[in-house]
Amino acid sequence: MNFNQLVEYINEQFRKEFVQTGEEVPADHISVAASDWKDFAEFLRNDEHLFFDAMMCITGVDFGEESDLGVIYNLHSMKHNHKLEVRITISRDKPVVPSVEKIWRIADWFERETYDMYGIEFEGHSDLRRILLPEDWEGFPLRKDYVFPTSYHGIDIPKMKEGWE
Amino acid sequence: MTESLDLELGSVQTEEMVLNMGPQHPSTHGVLRLKVLTDGEIVTRITPYIGYLHRCFEKHCENVTYEQVLPYTDRCDYIAAMNNNFGYAVAVEKLMDIKVPEKVEHIRVIVAELNRIASHLLAVGTFGLDVGAFTPFLYCFRDRERILDLFEMLCGARLLYSYIWVGGLSHDLPVGWVEKAYEFLDYFEPQVEEYNNILTFNKIFIERTADVGVLPQEVAISYGVTGPNLRGSGVKWDLRKDDPYSIYDKFEFDIPIGTGVVGTVGDCWDRYYIRVREIEESVKIVRQALEQLPRDGDVHEAIPKKIRPPKGQLYNRTETPRGELGYYIISNGKPIADRLKMRSPAFTALSCIDEIARGWMISDVFAILGSLDIVLGEIDR
Repeated sequence: MNFNQLVEYINEQFRKEFVQTGEEVPADHISVAASDWKDFAEFLRNDEHLFFDAMMCITGVDFGEESDLGVIYNLHSMKHNHKLEVRITISRDKPVVPSVEKIWRIADWFERETYDMYGIEFEGHSDLRRILLPEDWEGFPLRKDYVFPTSYHGIDIPKMKEGWE
Repeated sequence: MTESLDLELGSVQTEEMVLNMGPQHPSTHGVLRLKVLTDGEIVTRITPYIGYLHRCFEKHCENVTYEQVLPYTDRCDYIAAMNNNFGYAVAVEKLMDIKVPEKVEHIRVIVAELNRIASHLLAVGTFGLDVGAFTPFLYCFRDRERILDLFEMLCGARLLYSYIWVGGLSHDLPVGWVEKAYEFLDYFEPQVEEYNNILTFNKIFIERTADVGVLPQEVAISYGVTGPNLRGSGVKWDLRKDDPYSIYDKFEFDIPIGTGVVGTVGDCWDRYYIRVREIEESVKIVRQALEQLPRDGDVHEAIPKKIRPPKGQLYNRTETPRGELGYYIISNGKPIADRLKMRSPAFTALSCIDEIARGWMISDVFAILGSLDIVLGEIDR
């Protein structure tokens, strides 16, 4: 199925007018509210005609210091060879997204990585802790408002150069 | 004497033991720590701890220009740097809508496939080393060395090439390189038979790897395992064929999948054997690309003066020796990426270790880890 067929099918089978379409909506991804994500993910994974059995990537995004955070899921179906991008936007003050760890096993590590870098909480994740950074690291480095620490365990961190020379 | 042996099994005190493997351990292929929970010699649970090589690749990418990101991609998967350059270049070109000349495309495929051979040789050799066979390792490195010589001739570097640039290549082929490449292929093709004799069908090797660490199809897909590991489980999936990029659709080659010749589909031996057979397929591709290589053309022709992609975002994936390498790039029209995420194939491959190594002996963990062919530089980024 190509993207338009996917959207049509989802609107028919999952919920009426679940995916907004129109000229101002770019036709390459689906935006989903965080509260709908879990049901929708189960539908995508288990529906016979969609059957998105593989999760390719989870990307965390920060839209700017004053703005929201986001999570992007890239899904793929090995059986039907089609793919889909799902985007979720969440507020910076309360970044909570339901976990899909039980649906795609790899989501376990991808979600941990996203949590590690952006501090996005994945509700229902069985073991949400840092994965790449040390356990006692403070802050979430890929956020745009991240302040670089001056020292770590007594080791001074040299100040970053202004600009790139 | 007989009385002391007359112990009832139930009365023996046993308890679970935690065995710490790594971070410094020759069999972990880098700096990886595995916390192995064992019951006697049987593994009951493995918890991997990663991040020892974390270098903030993604944070760097938000602070340097697109050109400057390129050398960092080398250092992620340092065994197959060409393929990593290739993936990055293809992603940015797609974002900028650049069409690269035919000659560049051919050279890219040639070096990427040569690098795939080199990477698989290392995987095959070190896998032998992991299960206690030292000689094949030397054979593999002898041949890998010749590929590195070819790369040195191309760009001066033997490990971190930064050869494939966005829109082109750093250097054109030097005089006499094509002949040298043919010479290598002629020499190399019969050698594959030698690996099969010395390692693949060696009885001790088969005993150590066949039926061990079976990765079933559904589990592999659910864990996002890609590349030779997925194909070892019998899934015919290769991005070069199923979602072709560059000019891979022009060449004829097979996608070997695991069939369980000596054991079960998806065991360590299958994953290993896929790599040996992929070496043969890569040789085929290099030969075809060398034959079709256009003689003239400027490799610097399509390189943009300044890389400044228009507003937009995309996820682009390519096939490296380890599987699906994805770059998610968000551009807001500046010379610096707003977000650059790298999805590394080794990261997903390692995540399934707990699932497939459970119930096996401690010594089998090394075989399973070796068969997954992970590169820690890419996992930790």
